[in-house]
Amino acid sequence: MRTKPVSDEKSQRKRFLSGNGFVPFILRRLLTSVLLVFGVTFISFSITQLVPGDPVAANLGQSAYSDPKIVAAFKVQFGLDKPVPVQYVKYVSKLLHGDLGISLSSKRPVLDDLKEYFPATLEIALVAVFLALVVGLLLGIISAVTRDRLPDQIIRVFSLTGVSMPAFWTALTAFYLFFFVLGWAPGTGRLAPGADPPPTVTGLYTVDSLIAGDFSTFKQAVAYLLLPAIVLAIYAIGVLTRFTRASMLEILGNDYVRAARAKGLPEITVIRRHVLRPALLSIITVAGVAFSSLLAGSVLVENVFSWPGLGQYAYRAAVGLDLPGIMGVSMVVATVYITMNLIVDILYRVIDPQMRDAS
Amino acid sequence: MTMVTKKMKKSKNSNSIWRQPLAVVGIGIIVIWTLLAIFAPWIAPYNPNAQDAAKFLAPSAAHWMGTDELNRDILSRVIFGARISLPYSLLLVALSATLGSIVGAISGYAGGKIDSFLMRVTDVFFAFPGIVLAMAVAAALGPQIRNAVIAITIVAWPVYARLVRGLILNAKQNDYVTASSLLGSSSLRTLIVDLRPNLSGPVFVLAALEVGNALLLLSGLSFLGLGAQPPASEWGSMVSLGAENFDRWWVGLFPGLAILTAVLAFTFIGDALRDAMDPRTAKALRD
Amino acid sequence: MDLLTVKNLTVTLATGRGDAAAVRDLSFTVGHGEFLGIAGESGSGKTMTALSLLGLLPHKGRATGSINFDGREILTSSKREYRDLRGKEIAMIFQDPMTSLHPMLTVEVQLTEHLRHHRKVSKDAARQSALELLSTVKIPDPEAALRAHPSQFSGGMRQRIAIAMALACEPKLLIADEPTTALDVTVQAGILKLLHQLRKERNLSVMVITHDLGVLSSLTDRIMIMYAGSEVETGLTSDLLQRPRHPYTKGLIAALPGHTNDAKSSQTKRLLSIEGMPPELGNFPSGCAFHTRCNYAIAACKSELPESIQISDSHRIFCPVDPFSAKASIEGAK
Repeated sequence: MRTKPVSDEKSQRKRFLSGNGFVPFILRRLLTSVLLVFGVTFISFSITQLVPGDPVAANLGQSAYSDPKIVAAFKVQFGLDKPVPVQYVKYVSKLLHGDLGISLSSKRPVLDDLKEYFPATLEIALVAVFLALVVGLLLGIISAVTRDRLPDQIIRVFSLTGVSMPAFWTALTAFYLFFFVLGWAPGTGRLAPGADPPPTVTGLYTVDSLIAGDFSTFKQAVAYLLLPAIVLAIYAIGVLTRFTRASMLEILGNDYVRAARAKGLPEITVIRRHVLRPALLSIITVAGVAFSSLLAGSVLVENVFSWPGLGQYAYRAAVGLDLPGIMGVSMVVATVYITMNLIVDILYRVIDPQMRDAS
Repeated sequence: MTMVTKKMKKSKNSNSIWRQPLAVVGIGIIVIWTLLAIFAPWIAPYNPNAQDAAKFLAPSAAHWMGTDELNRDILSRVIFGARISLPYSLLLVALSATLGSIVGAISGYAGGKIDSFLMRVTDVFFAFPGIVLAMAVAAALGPQIRNAVIAITIVAWPVYARLVRGLILNAKQNDYVTASSLLGSSSLRTLIVDLRPNLSGPVFVLAALEVGNALLLLSGLSFLGLGAQPPASEWGSMVSLGAENFDRWWVGLFPGLAILTAVLAFTFIGDALRDAMDPRTAKALRD
Repeated sequence: MDLLTVKNLTVTLATGRGDAAAVRDLSFTVGHGEFLGIAGESGSGKTMTALSLLGLLPHKGRATGSINFDGREILTSSKREYRDLRGKEIAMIFQDPMTSLHPMLTVEVQLTEHLRHHRKVSKDAARQSALELLSTVKIPDPEAALRAHPSQFSGGMRQRIAIAMALACEPKLLIADEPTTALDVTVQAGILKLLHQLRKERNLSVMVITHDLGVLSSLTDRIMIMYAGSEVETGLTSDLLQRPRHPYTKGLIAALPGHTNDAKSSQTKRLLSIEGMPPELGNFPSGCAFHTRCNYAIAACKSELPESIQISDSHRIFCPVDPFSAKASIEGAK
């Protein structure tokens, strides 16, 4: 009954770190996670190398590109004069020292770029995932409990529509409606033009402004944040609603639910105590995966809202064939995905007494 | 369009899908879009690329969906857009389903080291931010709808690989495969003859579910300027024109609705097909 | 007045091919303090009969007819009335103790939640009764058992816990759906012994549902045999097992592993295992549903629903042929 997106331990390196205990389990999973991150760097490196496309042409202006000296200097500066395998080895050895290279398009260290852009995306993604969890769980539960009756039918159509809406179009339509027509939304960006961002602690404007005790900036940050976060959440709400409904229905078909009903408990107790608990186990998994898909999905939404986040950065890096930039973004998103899976796996061990007792 | 007709034949056999109103609505929408795509030149009121001096005419009796910055009729462009978005999405799904099924079949059939290697590779692709990679590949290959299809195929195959591998592992434990390998039929024969009917159903349902995603990703890349190029009347790039002129609501609204209805139709159908499958397969499809 | 009187019960379920009757026009009674066994192959409608008593039919299932329990009609009860009945007056034990106990809740919660709901007792009082129940069903170290999760117990122990759960509110009727089927043979004996003991100690009416006649032989007062949703034969346990009259019952008994065939009954030997498969829901044959597998079927069996034939006060069959009647066997001997 469990979904395990990243790996099943069974086939995994049984020779060492074997044993069923909690610590070997975590060590094993950590090791797999690190290997996965390297897998991601390797594949993004290979694919971007295999396809034609000249990063030099993409990053130098027309006149500079026609000057062989400038081209050669550019290649040396970014290590593009070396053979590809050497470039990769160099990249990985730098990576091990926490150096993600220099972005071809911004000419700054990728790490600094990520530090600047990632918190903006994280902020809307966190709000979106929170919204999605609350709304998705609620709708999914109502849908499962009223199975095949009117509320279920309505919620199903809504959730299917949610996963079918092109995010960029939803963003555009919402922006037109709430900004241009109704005037409820403040506009694009993270803060009003010219407003000073709060002193950076976490990079999340809402949190930082609270830390600084600056409530007017906080209010502004929330106002700017809300619309992109809601648009981003729509898809995840659809996914979570459908998944919650499906796992609730699966659990509802279990003998132990029938047994609980045979005891004459009120339906609400049966749902809350006997159905929701085990259903939450599998919902957690999807929530984890949904979060990282939100990060990736933000590319299209950020584009419409001019939200200076990872998605915008990824777009610029892709168009500029900025390999270090692309790899940096890939690694951030992949790391979040893998970490989410790790957390989910650990939560399983903690929550599910069957697994706990087995270990 | 062969996939669509095939799907309808199939659903007639397992008559339960026809009892699901949403699936019927979905099939209806797809039929309409298919007809519009085929007969676009006769149905569309204007040439989709005809332009003149006026621009941004609001929807009116002459132009039901208004016109864009070159005064091209948006209704005609939306109708012609079906000729790009639908076939390319189906092509994309066919490509990634084939690629993924082959990888999954090799993995599940070979087992051992080959299996764990291929599955680790699949894991990596799952961990990958699909759209970021697709953007990079599309940008490197050059912005063209064909390249966008290739780019998305590269990130879309792993779901099929995982599904097919799981199904093969399940089927391997089933008696009938054991029995036929005892009878001495060759291993490849076993795979093809015994397993194909068990695989094609779930893969088909997954593919149906994925057409919507494919359409979303493809139009998303076009929206970013990495797919279909002007003057092609592709729905995603039409929405991006709307984003540049967001105060003219009609420019982006109608192409977006076209995407929404088509994706929604495929989602309705895929969902109904999955519900019509036996619960275990349905579960495998959900994971 | 019997504790339970079921009349003309018909249960309709939704299947992929439309509605289908899983239980057809079934009538039976369970007296106070009586043990009734219901036997039949899977798909014969035994479990659906039990679930309809509790108002727990699967999604889109419907029951019609009449169920009179303890002097009142319950089939027309509201959801609320059914809830007050379930667990409190009618309790059920399910087939597989590995799946019928909640894996994530402690034994204490599962033993006391309905007690506290129905009887409104305090947490401590509920805990006290839970401890007593656990010793009644012979769980060693009840204190520790209360804190444990079901996964820490073996199948037999889990079934004992499930029985304790069912007994918590001292129900008048206990329904046991295949209570031993999922268990090892050695463990089965223990559970049967426990049910025997409960019968002696408490004035409990029990409906045992099983496909295994061997389980019923020592436990029940009467047995009803079902096939394809209908009753085929009902009688006192000893009568029915020693002098079965319906060809299907005869076949079931012959299929028992410990059953020895006496040399003269060559007919029984032919039936050692009943040929063919039990029909699927929605595909029940016309007339007497068993006619497709019956060696004695005549033309009428195919077209007409069999009427009940009263053999004695307590014994009746639904078979127009009645091939094992005294008359028939004399004719057979000729």
